[in-house]
Amino acid sequence: MTATTMAVGARSESRELYLEDVVRVSMVLTVFWGIAAFAVGLLIALQLAFPVLNFDLEWTTFGRLRPLHTSAAIFAFGGTALIGSSFHVVQRTCRAQLFGGEPVAWFILMGYQLFIVVAATGYLLGITQSREYAEPEWYADLWLTLVWVVYLVAFVGTLVKREEPHIYVANWFFLAFILTVALLHVVNNLAMPVSVFGTKSYSAFAGVQDALTQWWYAHNAVGFFLTAGFLGMMYYFIPKAAGRPVYSYRLSIVHFWSLIFLYIWAGPHHLHYTALPEWAQMLGMAFSIMLWMPSWGGMINGLMTLSGAWDKLRTDASLRFSVTAVAFYGMSTFEGPVMSIRPVNALSHYTDWTIGHVHSGALGWVAFIVFGMLYHIVPVLWGRKDLYSRRLAEVHFWISTIGIVLYITAMWVSGIMQGLMWRAYDELGFLQYSFVETVQAMHPFYVIRAMGGALFLIGALVMAYNLWRTARGDAAPARV
Amino acid sequence: MPTKIEKDSVTGQNTTGHEWDGIKELNTPLPTWWLYVLYATVLWSIGQFVLYPSIPGVRTYFSGVLGYSAREELVQKMQAAADQKAPFLDRIRQASLADIRKTPELLGYAVAGGRVAFAENCAGCHQSGGAGAKGYPSLADDEWLWGGNLAEIERTIRYGIRSAHPDSRTSLMPRFGLDGVLERDKIDDAAEFVLSLSNRATNADAAKRGATVYAENCAACHGNAGAGQRELGAPNLADGIWIYGGDKASIVKVIAESRNGVMPAWTDRLDPAVIKMLTVYVHALGGGE
Repeated sequence: MTATTMAVGARSESRELYLEDVVRVSMVLTVFWGIAAFAVGLLIALQLAFPVLNFDLEWTTFGRLRPLHTSAAIFAFGGTALIGSSFHVVQRTCRAQLFGGEPVAWFILMGYQLFIVVAATGYLLGITQSREYAEPEWYADLWLTLVWVVYLVAFVGTLVKREEPHIYVANWFFLAFILTVALLHVVNNLAMPVSVFGTKSYSAFAGVQDALTQWWYAHNAVGFFLTAGFLGMMYYFIPKAAGRPVYSYRLSIVHFWSLIFLYIWAGPHHLHYTALPEWAQMLGMAFSIMLWMPSWGGMINGLMTLSGAWDKLRTDASLRFSVTAVAFYGMSTFEGPVMSIRPVNALSHYTDWTIGHVHSGALGWVAFIVFGMLYHIVPVLWGRKDLYSRRLAEVHFWISTIGIVLYITAMWVSGIMQGLMWRAYDELGFLQYSFVETVQAMHPFYVIRAMGGALFLIGALVMAYNLWRTARGDAAPARV
Repeated sequence: MPTKIEKDSVTGQNTTGHEWDGIKELNTPLPTWWLYVLYATVLWSIGQFVLYPSIPGVRTYFSGVLGYSAREELVQKMQAAADQKAPFLDRIRQASLADIRKTPELLGYAVAGGRVAFAENCAGCHQSGGAGAKGYPSLADDEWLWGGNLAEIERTIRYGIRSAHPDSRTSLMPRFGLDGVLERDKIDDAAEFVLSLSNRATNADAAKRGATVYAENCAACHGNAGAGQRELGAPNLADGIWIYGGDKASIVKVIAESRNGVMPAWTDRLDPAVIKMLTVYVHALGGGE
């Protein structure tokens, strides 16, 4: 196989050319933040089922731990994985060292970690902008802006000095991710601090403009952070693990540009049936529907790349996670446009269905594509022939997959039931159920959801152990 | 690296001739089904733009050829719902509470409407079905603080208890301990006497001493035998039903610090017909007089 010999050649060459320490550290941090995010997620899932677990302390209430969970999952776990893997991918696909060298790379990674810690400790103390997925206050935002601009410069600089004639598709997606997140972050966080020494600030926007800016940001955080960024990861690690060429270069181009162009307009679908003008709601819905095929282009390219290599799913843990991730990606990028249709949204909005949808994306797509990346990259970075244990990776795969299925089916049932109960009238025209009755009805599903989360966490702990033994260079048990 | 186009043996497609870190790309054409579905969603969207409010202008927006407006739809649906209820609600507004109870049709409607209004407005404190909770009296038993017939229940709902409304029911139990009216041991004795009213005294001597304390300080409102007094909302102390708990520590706390719970007035918040339905519903919960 030419691909294999090429890879081996690249590996010996890579020792001097590429920055790998920073990537190694980012992978350790990714695993750490993943476990932290899943653990806090499990705790708040249990809090919803058993409120006594709020412990009656302001720092441990659901209201403060919920943004801790979402930020830990998206920004700490996902963001660190993206930074680390983008460094890895851009260097190798450009055959060039990261622009700026070691100091810049470490500044980006560690500066980003500082942002996470400052933001997370702020949540626990009750410091928040109350903007979903943009909770950190102005000082943390300013710091992140600096870090992110350096990230952009380092990434573009590496592309500029590349030794390859063309820019690989993974890097298009990474660049779209970095560039758009910079734009989203800056605009949505425009705010006036009350004092230089205080934590509180006031947004530059008010009323429905504020809501629209926030959802423009938050929806595109999904589009450019959680979709484009991880598609970048997918476009390197799937063909790499499969040893097969990417299915269609033309599809890459068309789905990339259509995704980029359409995603940015879809945010208003979060504000159906609100004070947002109807024309904006209609546009948001239509652009969400048009987004369906551009999203699926990535799925087709990911899955079809396996033509001629499907047998590897039986043996390669990395591929198994990545391919399942792409399947979940396909499912949630179909579900999303469906939920954006106004009459569907009238049922789904404000219910647990949304939570289920987010988690089929977050657990099924984002976390699984990261797990796939980790199972591939850890042996590469630490110079090991194989994982410590393929069997443990298989255990991880099944535990986590069952966890996801429990989670999202519980939320589908709970959410649709909740939406139907809210709108149920009796024959006299009176509401059939009070709010508290809907909450009581959801309780069993909250317990099932927590069980799903617990399985997912256990799976991640198994992975951490397996990766640690792999990095240490321990021999795989005889069985495999 | 020079461009080197190869034919992939598995798919029969050509590569693009580029390579990055060992990764190549095929030049497979776009899947036609994918392209057609993309076109279909674009056409569908254009259709939406024509039919519904869509394109913004400077001062107004294109409102679509169907002339649809979600706001108007909401107004219409709310009106339709109100129209459906109006005939019954009018009859309830005009009927006396006693007539509502006597007319099966109105009674059924009032209980159904009262249940919903109760779940939305009252169950937060009094719990589902009026079961009550610590600090919030049960409405499902036959023990009433201020009276359990239809008129008294309606008055309580309308004006509340110790609420800000001028017609509120009101009475204040003194804070015998905090305000220094009674010494600690006297309060303890009084509590033992109150316990003895339901045959639960833990110290017979203290209960005996407490009888005097009770007669001087408590009997005026709660009655000599602890039967309570509805005009003042003074609870019956002998029936074994307790709002704040019937153990000795709870009783001592009430005597020392008082409680004086508050219920809001609903007359300015709810439609008179809704208050009537609530009255009939609460009356029907089990203990109506």
